[in-house]
Amino acid sequence: MLLGERPSPGPFLIVDDLNVVFILISTLVGFTTSVFSRSYIAHELEVGHLTHAYLRFYHAMYQTLMFGMNLALLANNIGLMWVAVELATLTTVLMVGIYRTPAALEAAWKYFLLGSVGIALALFGTILVYLAARAVVGEGLDAMAWHILVANAAGFDPALLNLAFVFLLLGYGTKVGLVPLHAWLPDAHAEGPTPISAVLSGLLLNVALFAVLRFKSIMSSNPAALAPGPLMVTLGLASVVFAAFMLYRRQDIKRLFAYSSIEHMGVITFAFGMGGTLANFAGLLHMVLHSLTKSAIFFCVGHVAQVKGTQRMAEIRGLTVSHPTLGWSLGLGVVAIAGLPPMGLFMTEFLIVTTTFARAPALAIILGVALLVGLGALLLRLNGLAFGDPDGRSDPDTASFLPIGLHLAIVLAAGIWLPPALVAWFQYVASLLN
Amino acid sequence: MSPNDPLMTSLALDVAHLFAGGLVVVSFMLLYQDRMTAVINIFALHALVVSLSVAWQAAIQDAPHLYITAAIALVVKAVVIPLALHRIVMRLGIHRTIEPVVGTGLTMLAGIGLVALSIMVMLPITQQAGTLAREDLSFALSVILLGLLLMISRRNAVSQVIGFMSIENGLILAATAAKGMPLVVEISVAFSILVALIVIGIFLFRIRERFETVTSTCSTSTAGNSRERHLAAAGSGPRCRAACADRR
Repeated sequence: MLLGERPSPGPFLIVDDLNVVFILISTLVGFTTSVFSRSYIAHELEVGHLTHAYLRFYHAMYQTLMFGMNLALLANNIGLMWVAVELATLTTVLMVGIYRTPAALEAAWKYFLLGSVGIALALFGTILVYLAARAVVGEGLDAMAWHILVANAAGFDPALLNLAFVFLLLGYGTKVGLVPLHAWLPDAHAEGPTPISAVLSGLLLNVALFAVLRFKSIMSSNPAALAPGPLMVTLGLASVVFAAFMLYRRQDIKRLFAYSSIEHMGVITFAFGMGGTLANFAGLLHMVLHSLTKSAIFFCVGHVAQVKGTQRMAEIRGLTVSHPTLGWSLGLGVVAIAGLPPMGLFMTEFLIVTTTFARAPALAIILGVALLVGLGALLLRLNGLAFGDPDGRSDPDTASFLPIGLHLAIVLAAGIWLPPALVAWFQYVASLLN
Repeated sequence: MSPNDPLMTSLALDVAHLFAGGLVVVSFMLLYQDRMTAVINIFALHALVVSLSVAWQAAIQDAPHLYITAAIALVVKAVVIPLALHRIVMRLGIHRTIEPVVGTGLTMLAGIGLVALSIMVMLPITQQAGTLAREDLSFALSVILLGLLLMISRRNAVSQVIGFMSIENGLILAATAAKGMPLVVEISVAFSILVALIVIGIFLFRIRERFETVTSTCSTSTAGNSRERHLAAAGSGPRCRAACADRR
C-alpha cells in the first residue's frame, strides 16, 4: 500500500512521500527490536528482574507504542497526531518504569512530567494553528488537515503562526530531546529495559522530529511568517555542542549512548534547519542511519549489561577478549555512530558539514569541532570497554546477532554504495521539504 | 437563545469571560496555599470553573459535544481525582507539607508578570480571531503559565501534579474557545487518561513506600522519614539526588 498506489488523503490519515520514509524505518527497527526483545526479556525473566505478569504487560505496551508511532506518522490531522504522540509517550513512560526500582520510577516520573509539559505546550501550538487556519479554510476538520493546511498556509495570519511555531518547537522539541529540554532523555534511556532505549532513540525521537518538520513546512509556505530555520539551527547546534562535551563525563554505558542520541538529533535538526535539498537529503539519510546504528548499539549494550551484570563502564573491560562477537559488534557500532568512514554516518555528517561550510562557515566550524569532540569521547570509552584484560563477572552470552548484524550491514552498505534509486527517492523527498 | 439578539450575545460573552477570568483567579489561589488539603480543594474548584466555562461555551456555540468535555472535567477532575489525592495525602501523612522553592510573595509577583505577558502576547496577534477567542485565549495562556509556575515553585509530587492538571484545564479552555475545533472531546479524553495515569503513578510510589520492597542507596539513604521518602519517590529529594549522583 505504501509503495504502490497512494490512496488520496482522507480526513484523518494521509500517505505521502515524507511519511513513507519514516514509516519504513520505524517498522523495520520495530520488528528487529521485537526479535531482540525476545532474547533480552527471556534473560530478564530468568534472572528474576521481571515476572510473567509484567512480561505480558510489556509486550502489550510495545505493540501499543508501535501503533501510536505509526498513527502519528500517518495522521493527516494535527489533533490526531497530537493524540498519537501522547499515546506513544504514555506507553514508553510505563515501560521505562517497569523494573520498579527507585531509579526506574524516578526516571519514569521525570520523563512523565517533562514529556507531559512538552506535549501540553504542543497542544497549545496546535490550537493556535487551527485558529490561524480557521480564518482562511473555515471551521471543522479541514482546518486541521495537513494537505489543506500546507496548500493554504500562504493566507494564514503570520503573527499567529509565529507564536504557534514557538510553542510547537518547544513542545515537540522536548520529545526530540533538544538541549535545553533534554533532561528526561538520559534517565529514561538508562533505567528502562534496553529494547525500549533502542526504540526511544531509534524511533520515538524521529516521530517528534517528524511533527516539527510538518509544522516547519507550514511555516515555510507562508512568506510573511518567521523563518523556522534559524530557530532549529540554534537548538540543533546547542544540542550537538552540549552533548559532545557531556559524553566525556558519563559513567553509565546506556547514559553514554543516550547523550550520543542527543548529539545526533541535534545534527539532524541542524541539517533540516539549514534547509536546501542537499542538507535535507543528508539530514534525512542521517536520521535513517542513526536509527539503525543506535538501535544496533543498544542491542549490543543490552547484552553487555546482561553478561557483565552492570551498566557501569568502569566495571566493563576487554569485551573483545571475553565475548568476541559481542565486543566487535559493539566496536563496529561505536565506530559507525562516531561518524568514522567507511560507515554511512560519515558520509552524511560530511555532507552536512560541507554544505554548511558553503553557506555559513562559522556554524560549520562549530559543528565540525563538536563532532570531533564527540568522536574523541566515544573512541576513548570504546577503548576501555572493548580492549584490555577482561575482569569482573562474565556470563556466556545468548544473544541473537541477527538484528545487530542486519542493522550494521545496512549502515556499512550505505557508506560504501547507495543504490541510485534510493538516492533519487531521498533527493525527491528532500526537495519536497524545501 | 437567539444568536442575533445583541443584548443576549453581549451577556453570553460577558459570562464566558467571567468564567475564564475566574479560572485565572483560581490559578492564583493555587499559588499561595500552604497546606496540601487546601491545594487539592482549590484544584477541585479550578476544575469546577473550567467545566462551567466549557458547558457555557457549549450552550452559546450550539456545540453539544462540548457538554461531554464539561462532564468529563466535572466528574473526573472536580470529584474523582481530588478524592483520590486526598486519600493519598492522608495515607502518606503529608497533608501539612508544602515545600515552596521561593517565597509566596515572589511567586505571586511572578504570576502577575506572567499574566501581563500572556495578555500582551495574545491580544495583538489574535485580532482576527473574534472577541470570544481573543480574551479566552489570553486567559488560557495565563492559566497555562501559572500552572508551569506552580510546577517549578513546589518540590512535592502532588503539587506538581496539580500544577500539571491546571495547565491542562487552561488547554481545554483554549480548545473550546477556538470555535468549531474538532477533536476537543477526544483530546480531553486523552488528557483524562494521562491524569489518571499520573494519579496511579503516585499510588505506585505509595505502595513502594508502604512495603519497603526496594533496597538501594536511594531508598535506604532516606529511610525513616516519610516526607523525605515521598520526595525521593518524586525524584526531587535533595538527599536522594546526592545518593543517586554516583550513578551518573
